[in-house]
Amino acid sequence: MQVPAPFEYERATSVEDALALLERHGPDARLLAGGHSLLPMMKLRLASPTHLIDIDPLAQELGYIREHEGEIRIGAMTRHRELLESELLARRLAIFTDAERVIADPVVRNRGTIGGALCQADPSEDLSAVCAAVGAQVVTRSRHGERVLGMHEFHRSAYRTALEQAEIVLEIRVPLRQESGSAYEKLDRRVGDWAVAAAGVALELDGGTIRRAAIAPVAVGAELTCATAEHLLAGQVPSDELFARAANLVSQTCAPVSDARGSADYKRHAVGVLVERALRRAATRALSEEA
Amino acid sequence: MQVTLSVNEHEYSRDVEARVLLVHFLRDHLGLTGTHWGCDTSNCGACVVLMDGEPVKSCTVLAASAAGHQISTVEGLEVDGVLDPVQQGFSEEHGLQCGFCTPGMLMSARALLQRNPDPSEAEIREAISGQICRCTGYATIVRSIRWAAEHSSQQADR
Repeated sequence: MQVPAPFEYERATSVEDALALLERHGPDARLLAGGHSLLPMMKLRLASPTHLIDIDPLAQELGYIREHEGEIRIGAMTRHRELLESELLARRLAIFTDAERVIADPVVRNRGTIGGALCQADPSEDLSAVCAAVGAQVVTRSRHGERVLGMHEFHRSAYRTALEQAEIVLEIRVPLRQESGSAYEKLDRRVGDWAVAAAGVALELDGGTIRRAAIAPVAVGAELTCATAEHLLAGQVPSDELFARAANLVSQTCAPVSDARGSADYKRHAVGVLVERALRRAATRALSEEA
Repeated sequence: MQVTLSVNEHEYSRDVEARVLLVHFLRDHLGLTGTHWGCDTSNCGACVVLMDGEPVKSCTVLAASAAGHQISTVEGLEVDGVLDPVQQGFSEEHGLQCGFCTPGMLMSARALLQRNPDPSEAEIREAISGQICRCTGYATIVRSIRWAAEHSSQQADR
């Protein structure tokens, strides 16, 4: 039987309460959101917090998707299912809808949250790439006040974020840009499995050329975003040939490892194909004015 | 710690360790063994129960977290000797072989039909895609849920 090691359990009744409990219990206390990353890690003893502070009671307060002054604001406790079913996201930031269709399975999506996913920072996790591609900002709070961090500041490396010990993620903010489009492509072996490879992309056009491109490869040992491929695209006129060259750059610069999900060469090839497809879909969406 | 849960509209209170998972609380502490305990890794879906009407994998929810939510298990489907249409459907269309995945499948089916009384085959397959039938009897499971959809209104009229 897999069960977590013993811990003390407390429920937070507010954000302030959660922060106070984190302060009181020190570095071995963890917040429990949807629990679908943390509890499996605890069962495997990859995580052994002495105190769990359950923020399930904050699901209402921190569960929302709304448009506000040119950006989409998503509460940290918004569950995958709500992201998948959001018409606002489907219309303005379709990359979320693409990704949510292939994150875990419908039952897991009923519990897992966006804040939990970003804090877990698993290298095969989808929403970190989605948020990086669309230039999202992560809003956090501690007793020192609020911080607004770009994804490159927030996401340090595999399983590491900029979050301090007594700090909580409140919200994810995504800027809405004119003439922009986004898409997510993932290759997995079966429903619910981790990605063999995946890629999130976002394009912002300016007349006939690409003003800004973002490419976030997943599960292939790459940086959060691929700057060389992004530079190649910037200022160019979108075309299938250009997208193929950018995809090739992503393949060349990533460093996947061979495992049960495929050889390094296979993943390197796959991520290129996924980037190319995602770029074409994002461009189509940008031209039809997704945002 | 004292955990008080509402299961099938009854309140239960037990003194358990904080680390007790919902599936074990139901089976070991309440004796509700209809919910099955399978892979332990939120993959197989044998442990699916409804939390406020939506399916969750009870091996990956702490019993303590479930406090304040309405939990529904397979034991609550039949009412006064009348099977729920999804149970009747699994009987009519041979939706179970070994039966291990059945309670989880029934609960996901119930939640699906609650939201979408007339699901397509594709929608049914999507709804149960987080659950594994190791007998590989998916075709009959899908037919069973369709049967339930087609016979739900008649059941409600009875």
